[in-house]
Amino acid sequence: MFRNTRWLILLSLAVIVLVALAACAAPTAAPAPTTAPAAPTTAPAAAGGGKLEMFSWWTAGGEAEGLAGMYAAYKKLYPNVEIVNATVAGGAGTNAKAVMTTRLFGGDPPDSFQVHAGLEVATYQPDKYLQPLDSIFTSEGWDKVFPKDLLTLLSYQGHYWSVPVNIHRANVLWYSKKVFTDNKLDPPKTFDDFFKVADALKAKGIVPFVLGDKEGWESAHVFETVLVGTLGADGYRGLWTGKTAWTDPKVTDALNTYKKMLTYVNTDHAALTWDGAGQYLIDGKGGMEIMGDWENGWFQSKNYSDYGWAPAPGNSGIFDALSDSFAMPKGVKNADNAANWIKLAGSKAGQEAFNPKKGSICARTDCDQSLFNPYLQSAAKDWQSNALVPSVVHGAAAIESWATKYKDVMALFVTSGDVAKTQSDLQAACKDAGVCK
Amino acid sequence: MPGCLALQKPEIAMADPSASLSSTLVRSTYVAPKRRSRFLTSDRIIAFLLIAPSLLAIAIFVYGFIAFTGFASFTKWNSLIPDFTLVGISNFQKLLDTTRFQIDLRNTVTFTILFLILCLSLGLILAVLLDQRIRGEAIFRNIFLFPLAVSYIVTGVVWRWLLNPGSAELGATGVNLLFDKIGLGFLKNGWYTDPNIGIKAVVLAATWQMSGYVMAMYLAGLRGISDDLREAARVDGANEFQVYRHIILPLLQPITLGAVIILGHMSLKIFDLVVSMTGSGPGFSSDVPAFYMFDTTFRGNNFAQGAGIAVILLVMVAVLIVPYLIYSTRTEAET
Repeated sequence: MFRNTRWLILLSLAVIVLVALAACAAPTAAPAPTTAPAAPTTAPAAAGGGKLEMFSWWTAGGEAEGLAGMYAAYKKLYPNVEIVNATVAGGAGTNAKAVMTTRLFGGDPPDSFQVHAGLEVATYQPDKYLQPLDSIFTSEGWDKVFPKDLLTLLSYQGHYWSVPVNIHRANVLWYSKKVFTDNKLDPPKTFDDFFKVADALKAKGIVPFVLGDKEGWESAHVFETVLVGTLGADGYRGLWTGKTAWTDPKVTDALNTYKKMLTYVNTDHAALTWDGAGQYLIDGKGGMEIMGDWENGWFQSKNYSDYGWAPAPGNSGIFDALSDSFAMPKGVKNADNAANWIKLAGSKAGQEAFNPKKGSICARTDCDQSLFNPYLQSAAKDWQSNALVPSVVHGAAAIESWATKYKDVMALFVTSGDVAKTQSDLQAACKDAGVCK
Repeated sequence: MPGCLALQKPEIAMADPSASLSSTLVRSTYVAPKRRSRFLTSDRIIAFLLIAPSLLAIAIFVYGFIAFTGFASFTKWNSLIPDFTLVGISNFQKLLDTTRFQIDLRNTVTFTILFLILCLSLGLILAVLLDQRIRGEAIFRNIFLFPLAVSYIVTGVVWRWLLNPGSAELGATGVNLLFDKIGLGFLKNGWYTDPNIGIKAVVLAATWQMSGYVMAMYLAGLRGISDDLREAARVDGANEFQVYRHIILPLLQPITLGAVIILGHMSLKIFDLVVSMTGSGPGFSSDVPAFYMFDTTFRGNNFAQGAGIAVILLVMVAVLIVPYLIYSTRTEAET
């Protein structure tokens, strides 16, 4: 009996030692990779061989096909490189971003990864963890093929950190051609036009302005275009840099306009997502919807072609953009392959392989337009000539914490309709972000 | 907290064999008990060593992380990069000033109260009815219990469809359509799309899922009450209602307490049902703190604020659970 207990003591001691070892091993294991990748950068990666690990949240639909198209283009140029397609699905990239930061700060970065062009790159502490791409931008002549406003948007702390592959437009007004021709209406250019059209449709028993704000961001998305339409490109941009005050009377105007617009929406807007709301247009029971140009792809997937598009009211000449771009971490395992990938992503061939499938336009201004459908062709034309503003709801204009607060405030506005409170909340969110005083 | 209880039990369990063991070893280790402190018998050491790994794991992965969350809620960590500058209680102040969080707290209270009342009353009624020795009792029991086996996500999705109000333009759907067809059209309403209903629609789904569970608890309690007591009451001239009012219900009190604790802490932490059924709802009318915590932490990267919400949630649950733990350990010690 006594001997047995001794054994038990020994056994449990052994277990504790093991647990302790495991616990101690973890912290020492983590830093190891941080130093390890430093060596491979200096070691010459075998030309045309090795791997390329590309990290994104594109797992399905047109975007996955577009990415596959770009991989094919890469394979053609570098047939010996094995491409590792690392993806994390879900949450419009929120899950992927969390994984990405862990890998980046933990010292195990992929060779290249997806990031929304604009301020989002700031979340990754670029000066510490990312490779500046200035030399590639110059050597590939990208400063000439990308619009100037986009280059300004991309630049952070004086450097380019990522190459934009596509452009989506957020400020589009979609309308049912059938409804508009039946009632002899023209797509509205100004807010006054909008309300005239809306009244005419309402009198006919058609939902003038369809909205699906089940997920909360859709309301913020529409208001973003109202802000652009009321304040203009410079005024809107200033909201996110501190040059325009959120207490400005024009913001009050925008809120009042939006409040009036909300009186024309479908009764079940809170139960629908944006695509569910789009069903109203397909059924000919709704007139207009303000949504990004992914609506175009959705209409096509529904075999619906009788729709028209125009800039959102007051938005003509302004392109509210969001863009996906690829960045390259410092100390990647296959530096040459990654650089080649970045070059392909910014090239005409790469963008032409990707964008028709994804349903977006090229960030470059010289893509072959015959590859694209009519909507994308018209968007590409605007892209060359319009003033460019960054979308806040889609991560281009403000840091995430500010963007979510802005989204929350606007989601609340739909039911409260309290202009003064909403404006002061928007101002408070700006203060929290450290942009407003 | 469950850890505490689990930890005490093995010690008690180990104490018993040690008593018998030492009595068999009295002759060989006669002088030993005096030299050793009574605390450090070899059995106690073994007991401690055996529970040490789980103790360590719980210390790190439960209490360590709680402590870290508490710490994080006092920092200004508001991006993906940790920033441990201490800012005092300003996160909590801001949180309590946020309209969304105020609505969340109100929603939690509404949800908890309605959910408890509905579940307890429905569960009790079902249990009493089933306790009447009816035919096919097992079938009914299972039917009422089955919703419990479904995950909250599934419940949420199904009830989202059921309570989708449809629209004036495209026609009614779900429950509203049913009301229309059976001539109860005046009962139609916006359900979770109506800001005035919001979270109450979620209560319906949650009640559907959990009332069977309460029924099972009560049924077990009812079966534990001996017929002698009922008979004695009847002999004393009590009618059936009085038997329940004065005999059965008081005897079911521990069950009620247990059910309140279980349902109460579930309703405070409710997340998956809300997410899959309604999301935040119009004007956050069906939003709950747990969902706000997820939103602000993982979508907005406001880690400090998210930690603040977590701490407030923990305090709320602790207020409910700790008295119960004290009460149950006390009664355990008494018996």
